[in-house]
Amino acid sequence: MTNNIDDSAALITQVESAIAQQQQLGIIGGKTKVNESQLAGLTVIDTTQHKGIVEYHPTELVLTARAGTRLSDISLLLNENNQHLPFEPPEYNGQATLGGTIACAMAGPRRPWSGSARDHVLGCRIISGNGKLLQFGGQVMKNVAGYDVSRLMTGSYGCLGLITEVSIKVMPKPESNATLLLNIDRSNALQSFIRWRQQGMPISAWLHDGDNLFLRLEGSEHSVSATKQQIGGDPTTPDIWTKLREMELPFFHGDQALWRLSVPMGTLLNPLPGPSLMDWAGAQWWIKTDASSQQMQDLAKNLGGHAVGYPKSGQATIRQSPHPSIMQLNKRLKQQLDPRQLFNPGMLYAGL
Amino acid sequence: MSNVYNEAIDGELPAVDKRKVVSDLARYIPNLDILHEAEDLRPYECDGLAAYRTTPLLVALPRSVEQVIALMKYARSQNVPVVARGAGTGLSGGALPLEKGILLVMSRFNQILDIDAERCIATVQPGVRNLAISQTAAKWGLYYAPDPSSQIACSIGGNLAENAGGVHCLKYGLTVHNVLQAKIVTIDGELLTLGSLSFDTPGFDLLSVFIGSEGMLGVVVEATVKLLPTPPQTKVLLASFDDIEKAGNAVGRIIAAGIIPAGLEMMDKLAIQAAEDFVHAGYPTQAEAILICELDGLENDVNADLDKAKKILETAGVIEVRLAKDEQERTRFWAGRKNAFPAVGRLSPDYYCMDGTIPRRELSKVLKGIAELSQTYKLRVANVFHAGDGNMHPLILFDANIPGEQDRAELLGGKILELCVEAGGTISGEHGIGREKINQMCVQFSSEEILYFHSVKKAFDPEGLLNPGKNIPTLQRCAEFGAMHIHAGELPFPELERF
Repeated sequence: MTNNIDDSAALITQVESAIAQQQQLGIIGGKTKVNESQLAGLTVIDTTQHKGIVEYHPTELVLTARAGTRLSDISLLLNENNQHLPFEPPEYNGQATLGGTIACAMAGPRRPWSGSARDHVLGCRIISGNGKLLQFGGQVMKNVAGYDVSRLMTGSYGCLGLITEVSIKVMPKPESNATLLLNIDRSNALQSFIRWRQQGMPISAWLHDGDNLFLRLEGSEHSVSATKQQIGGDPTTPDIWTKLREMELPFFHGDQALWRLSVPMGTLLNPLPGPSLMDWAGAQWWIKTDASSQQMQDLAKNLGGHAVGYPKSGQATIRQSPHPSIMQLNKRLKQQLDPRQLFNPGMLYAGL
Repeated sequence: MSNVYNEAIDGELPAVDKRKVVSDLARYIPNLDILHEAEDLRPYECDGLAAYRTTPLLVALPRSVEQVIALMKYARSQNVPVVARGAGTGLSGGALPLEKGILLVMSRFNQILDIDAERCIATVQPGVRNLAISQTAAKWGLYYAPDPSSQIACSIGGNLAENAGGVHCLKYGLTVHNVLQAKIVTIDGELLTLGSLSFDTPGFDLLSVFIGSEGMLGVVVEATVKLLPTPPQTKVLLASFDDIEKAGNAVGRIIAAGIIPAGLEMMDKLAIQAAEDFVHAGYPTQAEAILICELDGLENDVNADLDKAKKILETAGVIEVRLAKDEQERTRFWAGRKNAFPAVGRLSPDYYCMDGTIPRRELSKVLKGIAELSQTYKLRVANVFHAGDGNMHPLILFDANIPGEQDRAELLGGKILELCVEAGGTISGEHGIGREKINQMCVQFSSEEILYFHSVKKAFDPEGLLNPGKNIPTLQRCAEFGAMHIHAGELPFPELERF
């Protein structure tokens, strides 16, 4: 079946040949998170032919799939069994692959409540900087044998090795959901959230667009409808969460520089350097601004977080650096695990 | 069980002059409490795995981060190994001392620094006990979810080192899912902050690889953990079965129905009888297996799930289902399970606790395998099982005073772990590798994978001074003891130096 191909031998051969010829590799999947300029000077290694769901037992709550498997295919299968990936990663027109999603630690609106991509990774296979196929973690919920390499790989942007296969924890879909729109300001919305959380309300997404609060409730039918009564507001379409996750809201259009600030939950930014979306109950801010890179990074740092800038099209993503001593440790890890600088050099930071 | 550090296969350790180290530390680190007399060192000879004992070179009990930094700098400059220890409750010998190493005891870092009820986080020193966090947070209606059985005594620094689990992992995760940020001191004496209060941090996810690294990469000096609102409703079902396989199938069906219990535990007949004799939990002693199923959340959700779960249990062939009628009975149902280890301990002078994890669907096959091994090695095995997440704790009963029994218990334990790996599982779900399962690492991982672990270690601790001999074996050890595939007596990587 064409949707189920073990192409790992070909990938290993390609890595070995890159080692022999002293090439550097740029890893691609569905190309939803990497652009041509980032691949300049690199030999492209394409993971999309290494695809297919290897194992899925709904009662074990674990799915194992090859890196090139499309997220949309995974969602389809999970959906048939009334399960899902709780961290709600974007599918980007059905093009996003599991490998890229894990390498970039993608997550959507549910992240503060359900956990991140790395929280759901149970194991992986990788091709190492020496061209060896290695396996870490496994398919079980609890596993403390050896260092947690599969979680280290998550969010490493392919800089520590090529992820070929991932085992991931899946969960039952909530029985019921509702989306509410409340016409309250951001400060009020945050205060209300603190109260609702203490009451154990089944909130699973929280977005303020500047005018209104959008709130998603997920749980049993009974608790969702009871919470709806308590909170009030107007029911609205759940499409907003898909559009937010896929970055398809009108806010994301236009070619002004876009910044993402990752800050502690409950952060209220005021004044703001431009139009904004306040997501994750204040933990993730999307801001469109002409403010300088330094200004945005200082702003994030002072709030205890960091900033990522997506300048006008064609320019490279700006990533705030970690603390210098953490950066040194990052570099030592890269040096140890990918001593030839084989994989995705500079994709995350210069020198990684 | 004499699995002490063996320089021939675990790597040569630097020679050390005890008198010099004691006097240097006293001189360079003012007010650092040091124990170095034989009788003072005795209490620190072992952790929760009491069968393994080594007298440390000396014990250092710092009170400040500055002292930890100074000690690590000293150790690094003088090439002295350092073994960190929290409350010493670990079950795999992760804090087993070294004759040539400093035992760094973090128990004096016992302050809860801050509870931020609005943000639902607690910032604590590493020596704070796991349960103390929940007890303190209770006045804000909050608690810390991971609850290893030793939670009365174990400390959060050790929990991070071991990625501690507990009975509520399926729903609430392990330590790694509940820690936002850790401050650590490296062997270079550098104070680093891993993770952050934001949901992601720039660069590689160092916190992920640090948690569960068993003191090999650094020492925790502060942790910020997530707190959760105490669920408004908690209910517990006790279900008994005349066949352990039926109980296993019931677990799969509950999860297939979309129910994620807060806790889902299974015990076999021997464990049931032992627990019943010990705490009188009200367990049905004629049952072949029991399931304890805890559901928590909003009142209506819990009630709805309770009805569903009862129906599932009935179709799965349960003999009897009991719902704990009040908090008292709920505590009693749990008391049997939580005291299962000491209860089994009453059946036998000694017991040896295993910690393999398997895919749940392999349960009956693995239990059958354990029963066969139990006969072969002529030792009884009681099974308690975190059924929700596949983590098994077979308890091997033996008498150390009968010559050969202890060795047989250890061999049987090793075989059980190999069975878990064969079934697609792992040799340790939550207790860690430490010293205990160091040989079985060679069964689970190839030599290339073990070398990869060594590379991770080198990025943090190039000289291998932190907790040498634990967690990750040398290839020499695998060649000697492991089941690594050695062809015609050839050592893998014969050119490799011994480190």
